Amino acid sequence: MSEVRKDWPLYEVFVRGKRGLNHVHVGSLHAADDRMALRNARDLYTRRNEGVSIWVVAAADITASSPDEKDPFFAPSGDKVYRHPTFYEIPDNVPHM
Amino acid sequence: MTEELERSFEDTIARDQRLEPRDWVPEGYRKTMIRQISQHAHSEIIGMQPEANWITRAPSLRRKAILLAKVQDEAGHGLYLYSAAETLGVDRTELTEKLISGAQKYSSIFNYPTVTFADVGVIGWLVDGAAICNQVPLCRSSYGPYARGMIRICKEESFHQRQGYELLMTMMRGTEAQREMVQEATNRWWWPSLMMFGPPDADSPNTEQSMAWKIKRHTNDELRQRFVDMSVPQAEALGVTLPDPELSWNAECGSYDFGAIDWNEFKQILKGNGPCNAERIAKRRAAHEDGAWVREAAAAHAAKQRDRERSAA
Amino acid sequence: MSFDNAYEALAEAQDDARWAFGTKPEGAGVSPEQRRDDPLSGVDTSVPSDVDGAALAAYCLMLGDDALIASHRLQQWCTRAPELEDEVAIANIGLDLLGQARLLLTRAGRADGSGRGEDEYAFFRAEPEFRNVRLTEHAHGDFAELLATVLVFGTWRLAVMQRLRESRDPVLASIAAKAVPELTYHREYAADWVVRLGDGTELSHGRMQGALDGIWPLVGELFATHEVERALAGVAVDPAETRREFDAVLSQVFEAAGLRLPERAPLAGVAGRTGRDGLHTEAMGYVLAELQSVARAHPEASW
Repeated sequence: MSEVRKDWPLYEVFVRGKRGLNHVHVGSLHAADDRMALRNARDLYTRRNEGVSIWVVAAADITASSPDEKDPFFAPSGDKVYRHPTFYEIPDNVPHM
Repeated sequence: MTEELERSFEDTIARDQRLEPRDWVPEGYRKTMIRQISQHAHSEIIGMQPEANWITRAPSLRRKAILLAKVQDEAGHGLYLYSAAETLGVDRTELTEKLISGAQKYSSIFNYPTVTFADVGVIGWLVDGAAICNQVPLCRSSYGPYARGMIRICKEESFHQRQGYELLMTMMRGTEAQREMVQEATNRWWWPSLMMFGPPDADSPNTEQSMAWKIKRHTNDELRQRFVDMSVPQAEALGVTLPDPELSWNAECGSYDFGAIDWNEFKQILKGNGPCNAERIAKRRAAHEDGAWVREAAAAHAAKQRDRERSAA
Repeated sequence: MSFDNAYEALAEAQDDARWAFGTKPEGAGVSPEQRRDDPLSGVDTSVPSDVDGAALAAYCLMLGDDALIASHRLQQWCTRAPELEDEVAIANIGLDLLGQARLLLTRAGRADGSGRGEDEYAFFRAEPEFRNVRLTEHAHGDFAELLATVLVFGTWRLAVMQRLRESRDPVLASIAAKAVPELTYHREYAADWVVRLGDGTELSHGRMQGALDGIWPLVGELFATHEVERALAGVAVDPAETRREFDAVLSQVFEAAGLRLPERAPLAGVAGRTGRDGLHTEAMGYVLAELQSVARAHPEASW
């Protein structure tokens, strides 16, 4: 059986406020599964406003680059969205972590 | 290498740009931000309790709907803030555990009881008013996710303050008993609201560093003064007296002078001896612990579903 | 001291509907201010000439009290939800039902010609005058009981409201049209969770089954046709017609959740009288004591 996580994973939420606009990142939330994530996103970030489109994606599934942001020197070129402890294995000898 | 990163961090702050989740930041900045955001998140969540206390008893259905929507907003604000804190490398469960174990604080104001329905109005007017004074400058916090969360929150908070003030105006136009209730609630909440801005600048050791990092934009005393200056004319318009005989207009400064705050009471509450400290935490703990079987069940179902999908594929 | 530009963010288009969430009917040319105070403002509320006003009022109280008392039980969950995301969802459901109650109670005051407002019905009626089904009074011991109630009540009420959209009373029809998407959401929320708990762990399965078994005696009453409903053919919905749909939905949910259909005899009334006749469970007295305490302590006050 798949590993049962004690905590619900983190999802990133993207909302298209109205037709003609792009989906924009609005924040994150926790959910046990994709369906719950979508429903919670609708409650929290759109107040159930019909007619808006929502994307949810498990944060762990996003590969991120950030040319303008200053990554620490050990960060690989394409990586996770956040410097989350569960996303990174950080060597002990790295300063300021 | 570290020097270069530090220079880049200082540069970003100096140019008044936002720091984003993947940027290198000094450990002190990261820790301070986590503390600030999570205490703010905890305050939203604990702050639901004093008002939720009156939802089922609200004396009109319209007030009931407003109050329920307001308390719901506070849950939403807590979520936005926990989500901002998580971008700094902590997770919500960890923060919740720090809250219920007492390792992290929340705003002391919520350790006072709500004893009449007028408290709902006064919390909206004074407590949310003070929160807005504190929060509006944070929309320009140097930490991007926090600043963005605050913009969203401030928009909603302005509704909260207006609904509170409007309830009080309605009550002041009502019966004598209602007017007394409003005055009595104002007497109880005025001084604790002033304490919401934190200790005087002289006793606020972290302020200087926080101002330099642009995670705090004004000092405690500046914000407190601003709040007093806003509230005095509002109290007059409402027809209530603020419980401070020393309150008077100072033409030279162009602001109101006010009496000394009882910091001893503030310290007692910070230490956990406030009227509701234990009760607030116990309730949050109960919700978290009583919900454990539900969260576990959802996680177990999700794992089973993944297995089913995999074996079907 | 400058408060910078952040206030500009506050001045951006504000969504006034937020405060009237679930409380505002459709209706053009009405300011948000008016809508907030009078949920039926802007809708033609005259009673069709061939409809019995007293019976219509009684019917509005039946459906309105169901929503009011069900919402009260959800309000009691505030700050107690198992996760913050669910805190938001439960409040949404409570707000929707409260909004439906406000519209229906207001409609009752117009229909019976008494001109009574929603608050007079909610706060100044005695227990025997409340017409809600007994299911709505039932206290939720845990999250599973909350879900069982929302699933059963939501599924039934959705089936009723779908039909009520065709009512000959245009106000009831418009209230129902507004309620349908709300109830669809409630049913979906509860069904998703019932499946999660039914399938999740041994503990959650047991609690979910126990919760359904526990409320099942209160289910039969939902489908009993009341004389008021019989007297209002074409205006009211005969709930007996919704049983088949209700059973089909629930059996689908139970199958997905691995739960069995409870086998429990319906709860008897007293000399045949049940919630719809104003005869309630002992829990109802406490619900009303809480609901009405402040309003009754200040009968002359306005809020």
